[in-house]
Amino acid sequence: MWLFLGSECLLFGGLISTYMLYRGRVGTGPTPSQVFDIPFTSVSSFVLLMSSLTMVFAVSAAAKKDNRATSLWLTVTALLGATFVGGQVYEFAAFMSEGLGFTTSLFGSSFYVLTGFHGVHVTVGIIMLMAMVGILQRSEVPGEMSETIEMIGLYWHFVDVVWIIIFTLIYLIPA
Amino acid sequence: METAHEQAHESSNADHGMSTSGYVRIAMILAAITGLEVSTYYVDFGPLFLPALLIMMIIKFVMVVSYFMHLKFDNKIFSMMFYAGLILAIGVYCAALGTFKFFLS
Repeated sequence: MWLFLGSECLLFGGLISTYMLYRGRVGTGPTPSQVFDIPFTSVSSFVLLMSSLTMVFAVSAAAKKDNRATSLWLTVTALLGATFVGGQVYEFAAFMSEGLGFTTSLFGSSFYVLTGFHGVHVTVGIIMLMAMVGILQRSEVPGEMSETIEMIGLYWHFVDVVWIIIFTLIYLIPA
Repeated sequence: METAHEQAHESSNADHGMSTSGYVRIAMILAAITGLEVSTYYVDFGPLFLPALLIMMIIKFVMVVSYFMHLKFDNKIFSMMFYAGLILAIGVYCAALGTFKFFLS
């Protein structure tokens, strides 16, 4: 798992570097400061950060073989993740309406690819969380899945860590 | 006063060297740092703006990886695998950005 996460660092590193190179190439389209809504994205970031805490609770409950609490915290984590993804979809729609399409400029393309890739990672995480809730509810031996839940937890925290970097480098540091 | 049962319960929560209250404390610190980060958007920090943001980002990154991903309490080989990938990524992409004269602009 850690090797996989290390390789994911290379993937996101490439996407972040590409964005950093192209963020000033706006052509005739809007600039980052014209489209970014920092208060909105800050709330989204906070939601994703708190989902890491609920994921920790789920891993902790799984280690104690508490099936019910594990399912509860996994569901809460998935809901917080879905809130984040919903916010990202809203943000993309708002940017589109402000004239920033996928092919409007190099800034737009690199921004959508980077944040879109991250959004897909969060979505995959949500699917894994909900699949695990389903498996737990049918499982007859509570706590059997604790190691699997820990792996999903590592993936989820990594997605959060990537957003910590994206939020600072892409949103808070102006082009 | 905490009963023996509560103490045992708290102890059983201690996965990878952290208790539930410890995780909540870490989350609160992360939330506070996020608040500070967002404040840089509204308050002029002058020349400290960029270093402050980067330092806060690194602190948040290390806290999540160390405590939530419990790398701090796991076998050192996991740290080596993860940080090797991270350092390789930072090195490669700094070199790539340097090739495009990113740091000169």
